Amino acid sequence: MKRLLLAGVVLAASIAGSGPVWADPVEDTLEIDGMPIVTQTAAPEGHPFDEVYSGWLFRSAETRDLERDTFENPGMIAVEDGEAMWNTVMGSEGKSCASCHEDASVSMKGVGAHYPKWDADSGKPINVELQINKCLTEQMGAEPLPFNKNGQRELTAYIKHQSLGMPVELDLTEGDMQSWWDRGKDVYYTRTGQLNLACASCHETAMGKMIRADHLSQGQVNGFPTYRLKNGLTSLHQRFRGCIRDTRAEQPKAFSDDLMALETYVTWRGTGLSVETPSVRQ
Amino acid sequence: MASKPRIKVPKSASAGEVITIKTLISHEMESGQRKDKEGNPIPRRIINKFTCTFEGELVFECDLDPAISANPYFEFNAKVPASGTFEFTWLDDDGSVYTAEAPIEVK
Repeated sequence: MKRLLLAGVVLAASIAGSGPVWADPVEDTLEIDGMPIVTQTAAPEGHPFDEVYSGWLFRSAETRDLERDTFENPGMIAVEDGEAMWNTVMGSEGKSCASCHEDASVSMKGVGAHYPKWDADSGKPINVELQINKCLTEQMGAEPLPFNKNGQRELTAYIKHQSLGMPVELDLTEGDMQSWWDRGKDVYYTRTGQLNLACASCHETAMGKMIRADHLSQGQVNGFPTYRLKNGLTSLHQRFRGCIRDTRAEQPKAFSDDLMALETYVTWRGTGLSVETPSVRQ
Repeated sequence: MASKPRIKVPKSASAGEVITIKTLISHEMESGQRKDKEGNPIPRRIINKFTCTFEGELVFECDLDPAISANPYFEFNAKVPASGTFEFTWLDDDGSVYTAEAPIEVK
């Protein structure tokens, strides 16, 4: 009897010793239509991790395959809608985006990799969505696009897609960007909500672990707007708000100062990763 | 709103090789079964036929019905005897015809 019990203990120990199945991101390399994409790279100075990983490495093989081929990527339909919008005249000035910026594949190349930027007029960082609205109101005589509506996600995806494969790099020396970065860092590490979670609780401390059925990534934003299998094209601030809602906290408004600071900080955390817009995630 | 169709055909193949062709067109595929806010039926407007030919010879043809979802996607195989061009045609209920073509070189 004692021997049998001992055997049971040994068996239990060996199961426990085999470790979690999903402990780490997968080892895999991504090429989109033959273009190499950096999904893993050395972290910038002052980063809590040694290496930054794209969220792509945390998804299942089937989901990863969808992103390899722009034909299979469901997000590309939105990019095409964004292209149509780029060439559509909007507002009283009779101008489309293309009237001034012409060929987006030339003029918008790199935009997706370097925003948010410093906007001296408002004294705040500005992201692609707000830059579109600024153009609409100041140059085109049109109404600004409401959050997530009237093609804001699609046009943003189209513009960011022009930087596909380029490494994310922010210029924090512009204007007051550094203090917004500091504020974003505060937001990132501040626990909120009834569940008392900070961004860092899941995406830093528990990175690579499972939260119920979900494999926690580093929460990188290099693929936004992203195509999520559960609800289609998803903008960054929609995702921020969704995450914050899940901690059962009050959700800050999209493009509010807190979320703009968070966007600045989180984008910096993905420095060196390639732009993947529109990425495919679960 | 139908935008330009997307097709994927390999640029080259060996003679007699079986290749995979993928096509996708953005289309609402309004079934005719739905009603608008006032309760009036929304008229049917779908792609009702898809055809693929190779140098005039029929490769693949398909009738589409209202139950097919938006943005119809087709993937099929074809044997390529010689260099030539694949032509693709989508017929819309409103009479519009959307076309695309892709050349292939046999080495």
